[in-house]
Amino acid sequence: MNKTITIDGQVVPFKDGQTIMEAATEAGVYIPHLCHHPEFTPHGSCKLCTVNVNGRTCSACTFPAMEGQQILNDAKELNEDRKKITQMLFVEGNHFCPSCEKTGNCQLQAVAYHLNMLDDHFPLFYPHRELDASHAEVLIDHNRCIFCTLCVRASQEKDGKEVFAISGRGINKHLIVNAESGLLKDSNLEVTDQAAHICPTGAILIKHTAYQVPIGERLYDHNQIDQVSLNREKLQDEQ
Amino acid sequence: MSNKIRVATTSLAGCFGCHMSFLDIDERILQLIELVEFDRSPITDIEHCSNCDIGLIEGGVCNSENVHVLREFRKNCKILVAVGACAINGGLPAMRNFIPLEDCLKEAYIDGIGVENAQIPNDPELPLLLDKVRPIHEVVKIDYFLPGCPPSADVFWKFLTDLLEGREPSLPYELVHYD
Repeated sequence: MNKTITIDGQVVPFKDGQTIMEAATEAGVYIPHLCHHPEFTPHGSCKLCTVNVNGRTCSACTFPAMEGQQILNDAKELNEDRKKITQMLFVEGNHFCPSCEKTGNCQLQAVAYHLNMLDDHFPLFYPHRELDASHAEVLIDHNRCIFCTLCVRASQEKDGKEVFAISGRGINKHLIVNAESGLLKDSNLEVTDQAAHICPTGAILIKHTAYQVPIGERLYDHNQIDQVSLNREKLQDEQ
Repeated sequence: MSNKIRVATTSLAGCFGCHMSFLDIDERILQLIELVEFDRSPITDIEHCSNCDIGLIEGGVCNSENVHVLREFRKNCKILVAVGACAINGGLPAMRNFIPLEDCLKEAYIDGIGVENAQIPNDPELPLLLDKVRPIHEVVKIDYFLPGCPPSADVFWKFLTDLLEGREPSLPYELVHYD
């Protein structure tokens, strides 16, 4: 007999070793997330996938599915917490969507839309962050980095390189590049690397590709991230 | 005094793009004007707010006058609304927050290309600039937020008709945009 967990009253089967996120995705249940990606080792840092498991809060992307778990996911209180977390991500960086070429294709923005986030709530930090436009084909705008580490993991796990890392702690945390100069042009990143394409926000962008699709016709302009994410990640699971 | 709903609007550190987008409700403005009367607004040229039901604020706060105007609106409006990206997070004017104010003024009035009779304007009538551009929710309490650069005419229409018809305003997915 299949082992099962229950998410918002829906019985969801799982296999041993699967996380709650993996079981949910396979069953077509969306749990909001930004640092999780089915192809990479879970990181559990963005906390958007926080769910309530038998009365305790856990990150769905790291917590193993276990027989008989009663899980709350799409609950008002959890979505309010997720909205606050997203607002914190916005105010800690500099996310000026109207001047960002990722707008409409940005997962941070799409999660905020999904949670019906209409304001930033908190005071804005306006941190001073740099732009690294040194590489011929790839750009880093540190203003938009949310430290999800997807580029770090993609570079290590898929590209077999170690181009990126996170340095510093707390408010001084920042993305660094593996080169003596600290510049992307002096690293061994290539435009074909998965690390160059994995960024959920507009922090790592491919040059010369902006505005090929006009604003208003982009991925999340008319599609909610819950459906986009499930379609994409279920496909990846099957491959 | 008519018993129409009184609406005031202003643009602080904004570009009037939100006001232009509001006017994009086109002929629906005839329906609106049956229900509302405009108080202080660029549309009426009334200079100070009297008691209003709804205040629409475009733009963030970049100088001392913006702060005074914003406080006047808060004092007089039952419902205060942040309209557009700049009111919500400072927007494009807040891009100067990463450059010291003195350097901004020097670039614009002293060292900039083509500047003649170089001097930093200091007439006492000019409002003093704040060191940073701030969103309006950091200065006064804001009741509702309409994101967008600008929010589309349909956003204004949906929000105002919800309020006027006594519903809690809510924007469907298609109307929520930050760009």
